[in-house]
Amino acid sequence: MGFFERIGNLDRRWIFLLMGLAVAIPIIIIDVTGFIPPELPMPKAKSTFQTLDDLPAGSKVLLSWDFDPATEGELGPMANTFIRQCAQKGHKMYFMALVPVGAQMIRSTTSDVIGTYYPDLVYGEDWVDLGYKAGNEAVVKTLVTDFNQMFPSDARGEPLSTIPMMSGIKDLTAFDAIVSVTAGYPGCKEWVLFASTPLKIPTVVGCTGVIAPQMYPYYPQQIQGLLQAIKGAAEYELLVNDWVRRDQFRNTLLAMGVEVSGEDSMGDLPSTSEELDAWAGDHVGKGLTEAQATEVRGFASEKKAELVAPVDAPEPGLFLEAQKRMGPQLSAHILMLVLIVLGNLTYFVTRRRGGGR
Amino acid sequence: MKRTVPLIITATVGLLLIVANFVPALSELSEDGTTFFSIIAAIAFVLGGGSLLKVHLKKLSDRDRGWAYSLIVLGSFFVTLVVGLFKIGAPPNPAYPDKPWAGGYNEPGTFFNWIYEYLFYPLTATMFAMLAFYIASAAFRAFRAKNFEAILLLGTAFIILLGQTAAGPALTNWIPPDGPFAGLRLEELSAYVMDVFNTAGSRAIVIGIALGIASTSLKILMGLDRSYLGGGN
Amino acid sequence: MSRDFKDPIRSRLRPGLLAAFAVLVGGMAAVAAPPPPTDVEATDRPWDGGGVVEVTWSAPDVEGLEGFQVWRAMTAGETLAARSKARLDALAELKQTAYDNEYRRLVDVEGVAPEDARMAADKVANLALGQASLQKDFGAPATATDDGSSLILIDTVGPETTSKMVPKLLSADKDGNPVEYAFVVRTIAKDAGGDIEYSGYSTPSEVVVAKAQFLNLTRAPLLIILLMLCGAVLYFILKARRGVALKIRTIAGLAAVDEAVGRATEMGRPMLYINGIQDMDEIQTVAGITVLGRVAKTAAEYDAPIEVPTSRSLVMSAARETVEASYLTAGRSDAFNPDLIYYVTDEQFGFTAYVSGLIVRDRPAACFYMGSFFAESLILAETGNSVGAIQIAGTANPSQLPFFVAACDYTLIGEEFFAASAYLSGQPEQLGSLKGQDMGKVLVGVVLLVTVTVATIGAVTGSESLMDAVAWFKSTVLSG
Repeated sequence: MGFFERIGNLDRRWIFLLMGLAVAIPIIIIDVTGFIPPELPMPKAKSTFQTLDDLPAGSKVLLSWDFDPATEGELGPMANTFIRQCAQKGHKMYFMALVPVGAQMIRSTTSDVIGTYYPDLVYGEDWVDLGYKAGNEAVVKTLVTDFNQMFPSDARGEPLSTIPMMSGIKDLTAFDAIVSVTAGYPGCKEWVLFASTPLKIPTVVGCTGVIAPQMYPYYPQQIQGLLQAIKGAAEYELLVNDWVRRDQFRNTLLAMGVEVSGEDSMGDLPSTSEELDAWAGDHVGKGLTEAQATEVRGFASEKKAELVAPVDAPEPGLFLEAQKRMGPQLSAHILMLVLIVLGNLTYFVTRRRGGGR
Repeated sequence: MKRTVPLIITATVGLLLIVANFVPALSELSEDGTTFFSIIAAIAFVLGGGSLLKVHLKKLSDRDRGWAYSLIVLGSFFVTLVVGLFKIGAPPNPAYPDKPWAGGYNEPGTFFNWIYEYLFYPLTATMFAMLAFYIASAAFRAFRAKNFEAILLLGTAFIILLGQTAAGPALTNWIPPDGPFAGLRLEELSAYVMDVFNTAGSRAIVIGIALGIASTSLKILMGLDRSYLGGGN
Repeated sequence: MSRDFKDPIRSRLRPGLLAAFAVLVGGMAAVAAPPPPTDVEATDRPWDGGGVVEVTWSAPDVEGLEGFQVWRAMTAGETLAARSKARLDALAELKQTAYDNEYRRLVDVEGVAPEDARMAADKVANLALGQASLQKDFGAPATATDDGSSLILIDTVGPETTSKMVPKLLSADKDGNPVEYAFVVRTIAKDAGGDIEYSGYSTPSEVVVAKAQFLNLTRAPLLIILLMLCGAVLYFILKARRGVALKIRTIAGLAAVDEAVGRATEMGRPMLYINGIQDMDEIQTVAGITVLGRVAKTAAEYDAPIEVPTSRSLVMSAARETVEASYLTAGRSDAFNPDLIYYVTDEQFGFTAYVSGLIVRDRPAACFYMGSFFAESLILAETGNSVGAIQIAGTANPSQLPFFVAACDYTLIGEEFFAASAYLSGQPEQLGSLKGQDMGKVLVGVVLLVTVTVATIGAVTGSESLMDAVAWFKSTVLSG
């Protein structure tokens, strides 16, 4: 039997083994070396970020975690990043789930992000966990007209009337945005059909790669942002990480008495005291006044060090997960391409030989 | 009678749901209709549980091939049911510390939560992860450039597979992103294929499906299609 | 709780809110620069589902007009909610103060251990809270909201506009009482120096209730589409009943059912039928049950065993009824075994694991996947493929179609799957419904062509009337 015949009759377990290696090896390499594959944010990820960024601080955002442990690998990182952006921006977060194990997903993501990185946020005032509600799209339809009928209490059993941030929430119109992270049914499609479209509430969606093509027709009219699987999550993560760093820098400056005005993006952030001096000079008239720039340049060296330290500090691993997972995705895709090419070569060679006989 | 009553219920509820779209006063009734379904489905779980027990107990008593699996199914079923029902290991509810059983059945620290965290979570994640292996083997076997359409499909697959990773920008970053040929960069091509060709195709299929659903629903409401009640006539 | 908090909303609105509102408006008007709009009227939008009010006004004659701001007064319910929240906040603050004082006293003065002090302070704080709660007007703020205002900005519109549809209003409160709204409008204009100036508030409109009428005619386009589609289906059903012959193309996947059953019989191996993973409220599950009826009838005729694991209890019941009826029709009711149609689990991957295991162990000769599938589609179809089963799938979930096409021998794509019941029954009425469905497709195609052509010509020529027509179509027909 020739090479191509062997390939043609290849036991699929060899393919499984190759795929296992193609995924496992990059995971180990990335873990050991810390290498992150480069990403380029595309328009859908940018508009996802922008939609939540355009809302003023304190806006009410409903986050529906409609995924389960099976798709956590694909959707978990974007869920964490959604929470990070909302928490950093100061939005009020209302978590709920349309699938039963979504409740556990809420618990784990809020504990990982809010519990670890935003411990100052107060439960009931800055975020609330409403838990899972059975009924699929019927839940969404009812929330459109009556919130309390579906959620008399939160996931911890506390009546909503005793939760300060629930005051004034009568129905879905009270929310400024909806975020749906979806693995299938029920999920983003139900939110789009029964809530965001009729009520015209800004909505961003993060979903698995398989169902993303179904959501494309809704973008950008009915949904304002769309993250497709781990690729979309990686692009969004990159945008949020960069913005958080800038926001933290801006806040530290503010705490030191210097307010960067307007929407100045602040360019490349300085990572040393010398760069800080140069940065202050460059931003006169952009975000700083001459007096503010002089004040920054005149900071004591410890103060300068405190200001620039976070700029080059390593990003917490939790907020690099999506970008890291693009490594195995790259090798798995290349393996699939190689397999497709091999399969076709085998097909043509064996067909020619068969035809020659 | 066995057919007539369900047919009347189907027609009445179906028509009510349609009419409620245009008569606001009926919208609450239509919400009640969907709630009724949830109640009936929950009650029907008893039937399902009974069937599960019957099938696996029978396999066990007959020592059928694979009876050990039935033993595992029944064991897991009862253990999960008991630890959830009796809230084993549940911490006291901070709001009602004096009341026993006031804590949540799936709070961290409960046995139910342990089952979720260390059995259910990894098992379902494993099942989903198996897709990667199956996709590879299906692609190897099924993606053949047999004709012109298949060649187009193959080309599209290459663009999407590369465009969805860092390989896309890496292979075509020599094309200036602001130039007239920026659309030929792999990540842009991939986005274009998804936005235009994929969306157009999806819409056509979805419109066909929507019409199919409307027509099938109408047949069911009119009692023309009774196969779901057992038999065609 | 004070009686004030239980008063009906309606009785409070006119004397209380409007009086305060008028005082507020009068005070503001005194310091306004440009004149405010006049004749502000609010009317309920007729023949709708409720929740929408149209506000109209007359524009003042003013230089440098930039636009208008439309505001509404907080309803009595909203004012009440704001007062209740302020009261709760004040009570919470009081409780915290009582706790802190008692805790500090116990720890600092009496030297009580912190753990014991915490419990004792908590009791004292709860007592203080209880006593404070009994006070009639405790903590109720003088003003309605935190910033002292009782107006909510709805929107800012351009200078040409003199009306505004205000959506998202309530028709009735929780108790079913109508909610009344009043509106005011401000003028925005540039002064001689080019600075933006705001007028005072206009005289408030009369109160209005955004009530729902008997018929919601804003959905009329949807009703017309529905009637046209249903009319087409009914017309062809009636035509078929009159005996007009209707042709239907062969659906390869359904024609292959006999082949698959025959093969299973020859090989002496069972068949597996999976009806999707959703419940009976999913139309695909119902369509799957229809196909099951036909497969089971053929299986009964060939005497080939068919196993139907289900992931929903109701589907199990329906499938049993259908298969039993099929065996009865085939004259083989004695061979019907209800235990082969059983429930496994609602959990998606639990069900997938079971069925995959079943396929590997029993190596069925034929596998049918008919219904609503998600991520499990490829796992099941590839496992079936690996044991050499002949596989036929049908689903209307577009995302799963590629997987079934790759791994199965035949796939019923979307509408083909729904056409299956008509195809299999062979009844003229059902075939007529298919013809009606085709007419629906023609209708959709025509509407698509016309609107896309109009939009394209409008975009190319810049014709405002054409673009207005497209905008009307989008805002009425498409959003109905």
